Amino acid sequence: MTNKKYVLGVFDDEEVLLHAIPNVRAAGTKIHECYTPFPIHGIDDAMGIERSRLPIAAFFLGCCGLAFALWLQIYTLGYDWPMIIGGKPNIALPAFIPVSFELTVFFTAHGMVLTFLIISGLYPKTNTQVMDPRSTDDKFIMAIEVKEGKTDMVQLSDLLRTNGAVEVNEKEVVS
Amino acid sequence: MQHVSPIREPLVTGGKTYHDITQDIARHVESKPNMRWAAALAVSLFFLGIFLWSVYRTLWYGIGEWGLNKTVGWAWDITNFVWWVGIGHAGTLISAILLLFRQKWRSSINRAAEAMTIFAVICAAMFPVLHMGRPWLAYWVLPLPNAFGSLWANFNSPLLWDVFAISTYFSVSLVFWYIGLVPDFATIRDRAKGPIAKTVYGLLSLGWVGSAKHWSRYETVSLILAGVSTPLVLSVHTIVSMDFATSVIPGWHTTIFPPYFVAGAIFSGFAMVLTLMIITRKTFVLEDYITLEHIESMNKVIILTGSIVGVAYITEFFIAWYSGVEYEQYAFINRATGPYWWAYWSMMTCNVITPQLFWFRSIRRSLTATFIISIFVNIGMWFERFVIIVTSLHRDYLPSSWAMFSPTIIDIGIYVGTLGLFFTLFLLFAKYFPVINMFEVKTILKSSSGVTHAPGTSMHANAPHPVMQVTDSNHTNHPKHD
Repeated sequence: MTNKKYVLGVFDDEEVLLHAIPNVRAAGTKIHECYTPFPIHGIDDAMGIERSRLPIAAFFLGCCGLAFALWLQIYTLGYDWPMIIGGKPNIALPAFIPVSFELTVFFTAHGMVLTFLIISGLYPKTNTQVMDPRSTDDKFIMAIEVKEGKTDMVQLSDLLRTNGAVEVNEKEVVS
Repeated sequence: MQHVSPIREPLVTGGKTYHDITQDIARHVESKPNMRWAAALAVSLFFLGIFLWSVYRTLWYGIGEWGLNKTVGWAWDITNFVWWVGIGHAGTLISAILLLFRQKWRSSINRAAEAMTIFAVICAAMFPVLHMGRPWLAYWVLPLPNAFGSLWANFNSPLLWDVFAISTYFSVSLVFWYIGLVPDFATIRDRAKGPIAKTVYGLLSLGWVGSAKHWSRYETVSLILAGVSTPLVLSVHTIVSMDFATSVIPGWHTTIFPPYFVAGAIFSGFAMVLTLMIITRKTFVLEDYITLEHIESMNKVIILTGSIVGVAYITEFFIAWYSGVEYEQYAFINRATGPYWWAYWSMMTCNVITPQLFWFRSIRRSLTATFIISIFVNIGMWFERFVIIVTSLHRDYLPSSWAMFSPTIIDIGIYVGTLGLFFTLFLLFAKYFPVINMFEVKTILKSSSGVTHAPGTSMHANAPHPVMQVTDSNHTNHPKHD
C-alpha cells in the first residue's frame, strides 16, 4: 500500500479548464488526469489523449459475429441436418441475411461495451476513489501527482490559480 | 465554438446552472416517494395482478382460454406484440438516430424514452412466449444441440428471425441505456448520504469518476452503439412485418410492409413518449427541461410518420385493386366495409385524420391537445395491427370456414395487464433512476439555455456576475443568478 498525493485544481468552467491545460503542460507539469461532469470537446487534444482504438475492436467483433452467424446457419441447415423446407436449397443465403445481421450487431455492441468496461477498469464496486465529489456535479478537476521533494507546492498552486482555478486542494489516495 | 441561431428556441429554460440541473433531477431520486407516485404505483400493481392472474389461467388451462379459433389463429396476442414492439421503436430512434443527426433536443427526453423502449419490449415478449402454450420449452426456438438427433432451428422462418431480432434489440437497448446511466449514477453516488444509497448507486455506477480518458472512450462507445442501433431498430420492425409479408395470406402478402411498419412503429412510439413525457414533466416539475419546444419537435415527427402511414394505407388499397387479384381486392373491401368496418375506420380516423391537426402551430404547442391526440394515436395504432391481423385471417379462401374473433376476458386481462407491467416498471424507473440525462443536458446548457454567457465566465451562482441576457422574450422564468 503506497499512498499517492495529488494536487487538485478546481475549475468552475470547462472553457477555463480547457485553456489552462496547455498552459500547465507548457510549464513542464505533468497532468495526471482531469475529472469532469460531462465530456468536453477538445480536451483529448489538449491533454494529448490518443484517439481510442475501440472502433477497430468494434469492427473485428462485428466480423466475428458475422462469421459465427454464417457458420451456424450453413453448418446446421446445410451439413449437420439438411432439411427440405419449401423446396428451397439447403443453404439459402438470402434467408440467412436477417440472422447474420442481428448477430453482427449483437457481437459488435456487447463486445465493444465489454471491451470498454474492461480496459477502463469499470465494474461494480463500492470503494471508488473519488478525487472530489463535486466533479460529478458542476466542478472541473485537474489532478497533478505530487512527487515528494521534487514538486514545488507553492509554485504549482500559483500556476493553477493564475490559470483560473478557483480552489487548489490536496488529496491523498490509497493505491 | 458553435454558432447558435438566434431564432432557435432554448431547450433548457429558467437560467439553470450546472448545479441546478443536478439538484432538479437528483432531488426526485433522493426524496421520499410522494403520495401521487404511490397511488399511481398502487393502480399499476393492481393491473399487474390482473396480468398475473390471466397468465396463470393461460398456463394452467392452456391457450383455449383465449378467443382464438381454427380460422383466426392469431389475434390479440400478436396485435399486442406488434403494438408494444412498435412503441419501443421511438426510444431507440431518439437515442440513436437523433444522436447521429446531432439533434440536441433529444438530450432531455432520451433517458425516459429508452426506458420506455426496454419496458415496452419486455411487455411485447410476453405475448409470443405465452402463445407458445408451454413457455418452459421456449428454449426450443434457440439453435441448441439437443436430444432429437440435433434437429436445429429453421433459419428460413421469419418467426425465428424475430427471435434473433427481438433478443438483439432488447439486449442492445438495455446496454445502451445502462451505459448512458453510469455517469448519472456516479453523480447520485457522490451526493448520497445514506449507506444503502451509497452502496447501491456505488455498485450501479461501476466506479465511474469522469476522467478525461474515460469520457473520450465513452463518447466513442456511444457513437458506435448509436451507429449499430440505427440499422438494428429498422431491422426489427422490418422483420416483424416479414412475419406477415412472407406468407401468402391476402392482406399480408405485400412488399410495402417493411417501410410501412417501421413508420408506424415510430409513429406509435412517439405518441407513447408524448403521453409519458407530458405526465412526467408535470409530476416531477421538469417544465424547464422538457419544454414546449420538445413537445413541438415530437409532434413534427408524429405528423411526418403519421402521414407516411396514411399514404401506406391508401397505397395498399390502390395496389389491391390494381393487382387484379380478386382475393386481395376482397380482403381490402372486407376490411373497410365488412363486419370489422368499425376497427378499420377507428384506425383511419385516429392515425390518418387526427394527427393532421398538428399542422396548426397552436395545436402542436398545446399540452392538452397533444396529450389527447397522443392517446388517439396509441389507440389507432392498436387498431391498425388488429385490422391487419384479424380481418386478413377471419375470411380465408374457403367461405365455409369463415369465422369471427372476439376476445375473452383472459385476452383482455393479459393486454390490460401488460399495461400494468409497463407502468409499474416505468414508475419504479422514474422514482429511483435519474429520469433525465443530467450529464448530457449539461453539455448543451451553454448553447441551448437561452442565456448568453460571456466567454470564459462561469456557470455558477457564486462566481463573478456574468453578462447575461434572456434571448427569448416569451419565457417568464428569470435567471436565478440575479
